[in-house]
Amino acid sequence: MQDRRDAAVDRASRRASRWRRAWGAFASDRAALVSLIFLAIVVLLALLAPYISPHDPYEAERLMRNKPPGTPGYWLGSDSNGRDILTRLLWGGRISLLVGFLPTFLAMLISLFLGLLAGYFGGWIDQIIMRTLDAMFAVPLVLLAIAIAGVLKPGVTTEIIAITIVLVPYISRIVRTATLSVTAQPYIEAAKAGGAGEATIILRYVLPNMISPVIVYATTLVGLMIVVGSGLSFLGLGVQPPAADWGTMVSDGRVVLKKSPHATIFPGLAIVFVALAFNFIGDGLRDALDPKAVARKDRG
Amino acid sequence: MAKQIITRLAAVIPILFGISVFAFFLMHLTPGDVTDALLGPMATEDAKEKLRRAMGLDRPLIVQYGTWIGNVLQGDFGVSVHTKRLVSEMVIPRFYNTVLLALASLLIALSIGFFVGMFAAAKSYSTFDRVSMSITLVVGSTPPYWLALLLVLWFALEFRWFPATGMVSITGDGGVWDIAHHLVLPAIATAAAPAAIITRMVRSSMLEVLNQGYIRVACAKGIRRSVILWKHALRNALPPIATISGLQLGFLLGGALFTEVIFAWPGLGNQLYYSIVARDVPVVQAAILIIALAFVLVNLAIDILNAYLDPRVRVV
Repeated sequence: MQDRRDAAVDRASRRASRWRRAWGAFASDRAALVSLIFLAIVVLLALLAPYISPHDPYEAERLMRNKPPGTPGYWLGSDSNGRDILTRLLWGGRISLLVGFLPTFLAMLISLFLGLLAGYFGGWIDQIIMRTLDAMFAVPLVLLAIAIAGVLKPGVTTEIIAITIVLVPYISRIVRTATLSVTAQPYIEAAKAGGAGEATIILRYVLPNMISPVIVYATTLVGLMIVVGSGLSFLGLGVQPPAADWGTMVSDGRVVLKKSPHATIFPGLAIVFVALAFNFIGDGLRDALDPKAVARKDRG
Repeated sequence: MAKQIITRLAAVIPILFGISVFAFFLMHLTPGDVTDALLGPMATEDAKEKLRRAMGLDRPLIVQYGTWIGNVLQGDFGVSVHTKRLVSEMVIPRFYNTVLLALASLLIALSIGFFVGMFAAAKSYSTFDRVSMSITLVVGSTPPYWLALLLVLWFALEFRWFPATGMVSITGDGGVWDIAHHLVLPAIATAAAPAAIITRMVRSSMLEVLNQGYIRVACAKGIRRSVILWKHALRNALPPIATISGLQLGFLLGGALFTEVIFAWPGLGNQLYYSIVARDVPVVQAAILIIALAFVLVNLAIDILNAYLDPRVRVV
């Protein structure tokens, strides 16, 4: 009994030290660490938008139309309706970040299920799942998302559904490949020989050992999906006025592009910075979770 | 080699079948009815029912799909709900315009990708390498529609070097120069993100190859560095670059939709966008099918090219 408890404690501490080592590697990557802090601030500002934003995001101030950046009270200027750009950036961040993160997370859950099934069991299950997903690969991701969002009722939910669907084939492929390489390891055979059930093997041995590349891939996807999600909003297929995310703001700024370019430039910069930050974090995670990748990176 | 081409061709058929099913059902699962769009909100239920019967919308879905795919295979995509014109007549000329834009962008992306990527790999960890790699990171995270607007702002509205919209100018002759002049900004906007990704791929693929033994042997033999780079190394670095370039063509077609909308370029993406907004089902289906077919065929061609470049890939 005592032995078994010791073994459990031992396992737990080994797991903890693995994560601590990963965190250490991640924290030593300066770009990744700065990006993480930057993102934390952006998320916090977006969450606090109702309390800290200087103006109402929807109320149009007729006398304050198209003010340039630096106008007192409107530090980033105002848009063609006289709404404060900074306020709308803060509020828009709530939607843009949600549309980048939530679909990627949902798609990861679905892909883990599909990819593990396909990779672990193989055979006809593998064939059915992967051939169906193959068909989705034949349409470029952005076009597929636009087509799906276009046929549903425009809105944030639609945006999230559309992006989730188009991501599943991409993440499932990574999950399947990772599952295949883990399933071939001797410890899986040992677990089978030890009489462990399929569910135990998948959840306790396969899943923890294949999840790192999937998390890394999903992290870099979040940045890309913020770009794609804003794109859907830019086309008017996402969040509906008067609410706005950064993509809608870029689109709103179009009509006064020459007169007040800041209305287009600032929301675009927000998208670029946040997408970049997710890329750096993804790179940092890859190096932290997969020591082999560091060796590869040093070589090339 | 011939056997592999045939196997790959055979694998394309179920993919295209899947896409056709997807394109068909996607537009039939939509809330709202085509008849609403056609007859307007004031239409009576009776009139809608009549129209539905006339269009064959009351028959089982599977029968509708059979009729539809049979017609599509003969090049008949039906009639546009909105313009009442033949869909094929609307879509095919626009597809050529998109191909023109896509090829121009791919040319830009590949030239930038190769030159910057090769140079960065040859002088790895130099200032040039670091600066150009940072730029590719930023450009890779830049939304194509935002970049397009910035280009319009600076080069069309401020400096007036290039036109902001259209494919030919009203006063122009519509000749090659006129089109090329209109093509510059949309092509750059569409090419930017793929160029960034191809550049990084060229660099990393070249570095991988440059670390191999036979390159060191070639150096030791005193072969000129440029010959080693462009002849010995590049040849072996090509397959992954070709694969990623083929995938980029897909992203390029996606990004082209935004640039086509912003620059009012009369391409397929532009058409797809306006048809989606107008719920013009036959046009949307045709556009999706044509883009998917083009994408699948390009990737097939890349696979075959890879088998030619790298004999090890041939054994599948």
